[in-house]
Amino acid sequence: MDFKDLPDEELWLQMQDDLYDGLKDEVVEETHEALRRGYGPTEVLAKGLVAGMDIVGVDFRDGVLFVPEVLMAANAMKAGMEILRPLLTQTGAPRIGTMVIGTVKGDIHDIGKNLVSMMMEGAGFEVINLGVNNDADKFVAAVREHNADILGMSALLTTTMPYMKVVIQALKDEGLRDKVFVMVGGAPVSEAFAEEIEADAYGRDAATAVDIAKKYMAWKNEKRAAA
Amino acid sequence: METVISSPTKTVVIGPNRPFVIIGERINPTGRKKLAAEMAAGDFSRVRSDALAQVAAGAHVLDVNAGIPLADEPALLAEAIRVVQSVTDVPICIDSSVVAALKAGLQVVQGKPLVNSVTGEEDRLESVLPMVAEYKAAVIGISNDETGISYEIRERLAVARKIVERAERYGIPRHDVIIDPLAMPAGAVPGAGKMVFDLVRMIREELGCNTICGASNISFGLPGRPILNAAFISMAIAAGMPCAITNPIEPEIKNAILAANLLMGNDSNCMAWIAARREAESQQSGDGAVRATAAEAARAEREARRAARRATTTNG
Repeated sequence: MDFKDLPDEELWLQMQDDLYDGLKDEVVEETHEALRRGYGPTEVLAKGLVAGMDIVGVDFRDGVLFVPEVLMAANAMKAGMEILRPLLTQTGAPRIGTMVIGTVKGDIHDIGKNLVSMMMEGAGFEVINLGVNNDADKFVAAVREHNADILGMSALLTTTMPYMKVVIQALKDEGLRDKVFVMVGGAPVSEAFAEEIEADAYGRDAATAVDIAKKYMAWKNEKRAAA
Repeated sequence: METVISSPTKTVVIGPNRPFVIIGERINPTGRKKLAAEMAAGDFSRVRSDALAQVAAGAHVLDVNAGIPLADEPALLAEAIRVVQSVTDVPICIDSSVVAALKAGLQVVQGKPLVNSVTGEEDRLESVLPMVAEYKAAVIGISNDETGISYEIRERLAVARKIVERAERYGIPRHDVIIDPLAMPAGAVPGAGKMVFDLVRMIREELGCNTICGASNISFGLPGRPILNAAFISMAIAAGMPCAITNPIEPEIKNAILAANLLMGNDSNCMAWIAARREAESQQSGDGAVRATAAEAARAEREARRAARRATTTNG
């Protein structure tokens, strides 16, 4: 179908609808169309992709959408992001913050972690996704190299989640613990566990994780401004 | 290898790496006294409603059988097929052990049907296969012969091979022969299920043929038949069976097939499974139903927006 005759407001809605339904080709076309109309990459990202993914995140949390559907939506979003990413770098659009994310050592689960990664990126974060099976050195090195605001760790096994504590200890040893906000998540992880290992936050799902990250950045920026 | 059957408007492809094909078994008076009496009296209303109900429940093909003792089976079968094709658009599986009835069915059916069945018995091979070739139909070959049903797996495979080779001699390509390895009642024949699974694999590897079976016989004489049938179908699918004659109205069976399709990677993005669960949830009461209804409403809204835009853009 042709998007060219749609009023701008309708184009955003259409983009969100198509993203929700995981229609990758349509999302790509709409991203191009929005850019053609003179919207900047930041605005296209916010009004089209992120607004669409927000609904996906909420519906996934509420049990309305399921993993395959979220992955399809995430793929559509990724395709749109690939068009916007070079433009975002060119224009030097300010990012909300920087996040390093990865699954801990011994664990190769990555679906949930990738979802969080994608949604954080959608929310305007620069995300460095380390993949799976990361030891403490890798997390520490990435946090240092990218001067990360947030570190996200994921574990899907009761046997691998204690490793999160090892990473937090390594951050302390390297003098980085106070510089980075540590968020943890994954099926066996809980609020209580996060507290016990002295993480800063627990994200029970991708949408919640993004919320927490945004709130943290707002707080950090306020503190910066005050100082 | 793919077996393609059709109605005037629908094509059904049976083969590996595809969603499982359900052939609805209900239109069969055997063991259904009421249906038998009605059909014999020329009343086909239940045939009609059974056809519609099975297609609504997910049947891709309908088996039609009119085996009523002392009745004019060829005429009844032909009429039943006409009735079924007047209310549904799925391909037909013509089911009879009477050669004249198969012939009558082939004369009236529209599209390319599946003929159920031929066995490895000489007289059956020689009477059924030429008809199948003449009408360019597909055929189910049951792996038994004059000596009965063998309990030796190699012997059953040999009968299957004989059927396939004879069919080829009549010009019926191998992909139009679907072998029924014969599911015996597991309550009487220990290991009957395993024998089917082994044969499904062997027939695929050694003959290259698709397989099929009546999935309800396995549980004969046992309690909890739908549960057993569902487990049997799942395991047969895992072994590589691409279709079965079964009852899609039975929720256990329908769910087992949906689950097996998903687990075999033949349900793209799990969409059929998710849609079925959503439908089931929306029919229940409570939170789930509220959630499902709300999601359905949101979906309808998106669709309406899309349709409205499509209309505008087409006009503009």
